[in-house]
Amino acid sequence: MLTVPLDALHRELGARMVPFAGYEMPVQYSDGIIAEHQHTREAAGLFDVSHMGQVKISGPGATAALEALLPVDLVGLPVNGQVYALLTNDAGGVQDDLIVTRWDDDVFFLVVNAACKQDDIAYLRDKLTGLEIEVMEAQALLALQGPQARAVIADLLPAAAGLTFMSGCHTDIDGEAVYVTCSGYTGEDGFEVSLPAALADSFARRLLADERVKPIGLGARDSLRLEAGLCLYGHELSDVTTPVEAALMWSISRARRRDGERPGGFVGAEAIFARQDDGGQLRRVGLKVEGKRPVREGQAVIGPNGESIGVVTSACMGVTLGAPIAMAMIDVAFREPGTELSVDVRGKPLPVTVTRMPFVPQRYYRG
Amino acid sequence: MSHTPAELKYASSHEWARLEGDGTVTVGISDHAQSALGDVVFVELPELGATLAAGDEAGVVESVKAASDIYTPVGGEVVAINEALEDAPETVNTDPYSDGWFFRLKVEDESDLGNLLSAEDYDAHCAEES
Repeated sequence: MLTVPLDALHRELGARMVPFAGYEMPVQYSDGIIAEHQHTREAAGLFDVSHMGQVKISGPGATAALEALLPVDLVGLPVNGQVYALLTNDAGGVQDDLIVTRWDDDVFFLVVNAACKQDDIAYLRDKLTGLEIEVMEAQALLALQGPQARAVIADLLPAAAGLTFMSGCHTDIDGEAVYVTCSGYTGEDGFEVSLPAALADSFARRLLADERVKPIGLGARDSLRLEAGLCLYGHELSDVTTPVEAALMWSISRARRRDGERPGGFVGAEAIFARQDDGGQLRRVGLKVEGKRPVREGQAVIGPNGESIGVVTSACMGVTLGAPIAMAMIDVAFREPGTELSVDVRGKPLPVTVTRMPFVPQRYYRG
Repeated sequence: MSHTPAELKYASSHEWARLEGDGTVTVGISDHAQSALGDVVFVELPELGATLAAGDEAGVVESVKAASDIYTPVGGEVVAINEALEDAPETVNTDPYSDGWFFRLKVEDESDLGNLLSAEDYDAHCAEES
């Protein structure tokens, strides 16, 4: 089992450590998931996401080579701009979802899922021969999320205080180079800081010394992202799910769509466009659960005639919403918000309603 | 460190049982159990009047992360359920041995209690599990 650079700090803070994607990670601290979720929505939460993969891709032709893989507009991406991208396969399915940041003309910084990173790196090395692919093993990644995150960052990393959603900047901590972006996985305004592992502990302690900041574990990270309507690889996304079923067609940049300036030309484009035409059989939807009993991942979604029409892919207590919520992959015929369905909870049908996502409004800072 | 009152009896499945003065037995889950589950968001209790045998499934406790079955440590008729848990399931976390109780049974055979663990043995059992 691998450990993150903040391992000692997590234990000192009373974290319950669990195995996650090959790492020992904090699932919660002593306050518990509900309090951590609320704190992030009300103040600022510090998340250690150092288990995620950080990869720098550079070299002549990097922009075109990455555009040949990813369904996003990298030609039009400004330096320090970021974009959410799906790593698609030939069948139009999803191998991973990631964030791409342009650092320079032909220099890109990728953040990929922990559980996918070895496969991603092998795939990128295979597809991007001729480019330099640097796996930034010695970097930690910390996220600070919540309505007070910006004020906290303004004190510690003033260069980043004006960043708008999905942009970043190079700055330094005590003279050491770090990269800060305005992004995250909670639906809140917030930042992610990529920094040398050796700096992680002292910087995290500096953040935690601010009374607005509390440490937040993976448990609340999951409930926050679900309320924000964000997908988790291995749950909503898989190598047999195309962006059509995942309801992520918005993530295919305008320029790369069939009617765009540079249509297609990414891995799986034909399959995805064909699926767009036939609409697919399934669709990712949000479900709001009636009452207080939560539904669970893997439970069947039941249609009006008692037939199984899909499966719950993620579920949690919507702490901010005040009701249990879920995402599910269901028969496209039942996708309309307001449709009343049920979930089979250990043999009992629990009423649920298809609900527009995000479940709670996103509060990104766009300037 | 979790708290294990010496005057209660415990099941290895983490429920506690307390013999009351009127001969009924109150059942809840241990401090160790609530701590392991994390924030409790829902509790399903048995039906009033139901007759359960020791070891029967008697409900479900749902935390933010997981659902766990509750088993009754002794047999008998369910004569009371803690309806307050419907609106305040978090009481299971804050007061597992008092306001966070689950249900009360009119026991058929008080000797069922003799099959349960003492506080000391239960702590040893938890230490072994972890």
